[in-house]
Amino acid sequence: MSAASESATIEFLKRIGDDRLVLGHRLSEWCGHGPILEEDIALANIALDLLGQAAHALGLAGESLGEGATADSLAFFREAIEFRNIQLVELPKGDFAFTIARQFFFDALSVHLMDALQSSSDTRIAALAAKAVKEDRYHVRHSGDWMVKLGDGTEESHMRLQRAVDDLWRFTGEMFETDAVTDQLVAKRVTPDPSALRSKWDALVTDVLSRATIEKPADTFFVSGGRSGRHTEHLGHMLAEMQIVARSHPGAEW
Amino acid sequence: MMARVAPSLRGKNTRMAMTEQTTEDPKRMAEFEARIARGESIEPKDWMPERYRSQLIRMMSQHAHSEIVGMLPEGNWITRAPSLRRKMTLLAKVQDEAGHGLYIYCGTETLGVDRTELVDQLLSGKAKYSSIFNYPTLTWADMGVIGWFVDGAAIVNQTVLAKASYGPYARAMIRICKEENFHKKQGYEIIATLASGTPKQKAMAQDAVNRWWWPSLMMLGPSDANSPNTAELIRWKVKRKTNDELRQRFADITVPQAQAVGLTLPDPDLKYNEASGHWEHGAIDWDEFWAVVKGNGPCNRERLAARRAAHDEGKWVRDAATAHAEKQARRKRSAAA
Amino acid sequence: MRKSRRAENVRPRPERNLAGEPGSTGSKAPPADKAGDGADSQWPLWEVFVQPAQGAAYEHSGSVHAPDAEGALQNARDVYSRRGEAIGIWVVPSTAITASKPEDQGPFFDPADDKIYRHPQFYKIPRGLKGF
Repeated sequence: MSAASESATIEFLKRIGDDRLVLGHRLSEWCGHGPILEEDIALANIALDLLGQAAHALGLAGESLGEGATADSLAFFREAIEFRNIQLVELPKGDFAFTIARQFFFDALSVHLMDALQSSSDTRIAALAAKAVKEDRYHVRHSGDWMVKLGDGTEESHMRLQRAVDDLWRFTGEMFETDAVTDQLVAKRVTPDPSALRSKWDALVTDVLSRATIEKPADTFFVSGGRSGRHTEHLGHMLAEMQIVARSHPGAEW
Repeated sequence: MMARVAPSLRGKNTRMAMTEQTTEDPKRMAEFEARIARGESIEPKDWMPERYRSQLIRMMSQHAHSEIVGMLPEGNWITRAPSLRRKMTLLAKVQDEAGHGLYIYCGTETLGVDRTELVDQLLSGKAKYSSIFNYPTLTWADMGVIGWFVDGAAIVNQTVLAKASYGPYARAMIRICKEENFHKKQGYEIIATLASGTPKQKAMAQDAVNRWWWPSLMMLGPSDANSPNTAELIRWKVKRKTNDELRQRFADITVPQAQAVGLTLPDPDLKYNEASGHWEHGAIDWDEFWAVVKGNGPCNRERLAARRAAHDEGKWVRDAATAHAEKQARRKRSAAA
Repeated sequence: MRKSRRAENVRPRPERNLAGEPGSTGSKAPPADKAGDGADSQWPLWEVFVQPAQGAAYEHSGSVHAPDAEGALQNARDVYSRRGEAIGIWVVPSTAITASKPEDQGPFFDPADDKIYRHPQFYKIPRGLKGF
């Protein structure tokens, strides 16, 4: 592997690792505060899957980086500006409708991404994807079902979900961005073409929104920057909390 | 065949009406006590004295409430866990606690009470839950000590409850005991790592032990002399050991574990009795215990406020799911028509 | 098999009280499903049966609350199979279960007890013969 494509792969592993670390963390915030006991358990399951995927991806990144880098050192000792997640996942959890809509938009991407990554030319990524795709199929089933229950539930749940979808829509463009990194990876068949993913995502999202009786927002403006470390102000606060104990005892074992 | 009324909590239409013990059929009562004495399992549809039913509902629902409230002190540190492995295992542990509450609520529901009512009893302050969860978790080390002491004490209690006379309760306990061992090991591993870590980490561990030791001893309940329900519950094999017996067992298991990691317990009177083979601890401050039970512990209000907020904020979600299910059912019916 | 197996959470079916009127027995059904009318619900109760391994029988694991069948299946999977205890799950509304009553135990099950000719041990076959 050339140095350039190796570093592109490392970038990619950080992107998918950070997406899942940040999203898993946000989802874990519900533990003990969910709308019903069964949902506390369900959301924790999804969070655990995501954190496991993150640990796997960041672990691979660490191995490639060398010099003692590990999933933990990447998770707990990088600054916000070094994180490579999309902004969608770092937003505060909001109400349950917001959480579900955000989760669904992410799951709709991830299930197709992981499915495609099973045929990655990078065997480590293919292996990660083979495990993740099974988890993701369950996630999108869960979040998709809740989209319909909330959208086609009561007036209040419908209104909350429509508002959440409207607020989140501008964050859904980042998932499909292309740059020098993605160009490299697509050329080397490490990852699929983001635009192919977009049409699959769009089909699934359109179908679920329709069944949820939710109006699909117009594509006006999409935020950008997460993949190069330009995040919302939310990430800094989230990381301050997430990293505080680890950073207070540098070098310690836990 | 005479119309038979199943025993019911609501009791309005049953012959049990107002009073409990005095109107129990003596023949059925004797038969019931004999079944218990033979070590038989009582199942949901079996005849049981109204008092057995009400005591079980109280005990089981309190146990379930404790699991749910118990999610909060540990849930407090999920977002700050210092490694990915600790983050995941802590989240899995708290998730298990939700599951345990769920198993026990379901067991309680077999006695004829809906979970909606049980939740209401907790949130209105009518029902009790284990006093230990009214203490705050102040450092990461508290996560270790809770797994070690609090789950440790719970295991001592639950292993014995796995033989309770009420079938659904015993079966829930067996399931819980299988899962609980991971909790205690996880906690002890956290503490052992801290105790052999940096001086700051070791101090953190010792501080947590100092704060949680006495509340954990108290967790096993008031002393036998001050536990009016115990004798009856033991006769009915709902409780299998007394509070003091469980407390002694917990101390005997835990003291050597503290010694093994070089941590001291905050009890100058703690000493080993060669003759009895037991670790004798100093006097427990029961005033503190009763203050916490009565609602004046450090976190009582915060714990209930958190549960109330989750419940209140979740109502529209529960309603939405119900409304959707109704709509789907209506659609199905008109499609079939 | 002598003992009747009683599913957990079998609420006593709505039965008649001594006056012959339908009594409120067993557990209350969740309040009417009119969303937003103030009545709250923890959703209906479902019994969960789990197949632990290929070819094994489904066993009762416990219960979950869920608004509908798909929700019940997912909740059951999350609650009862996190440790790989299941390869298959059935969920049944608790109200759909009919259970034998304890006082039926005699008439239902005792007569089977003295028909020992139903068991292979009743019969004597000379040793050494194949095919038994």
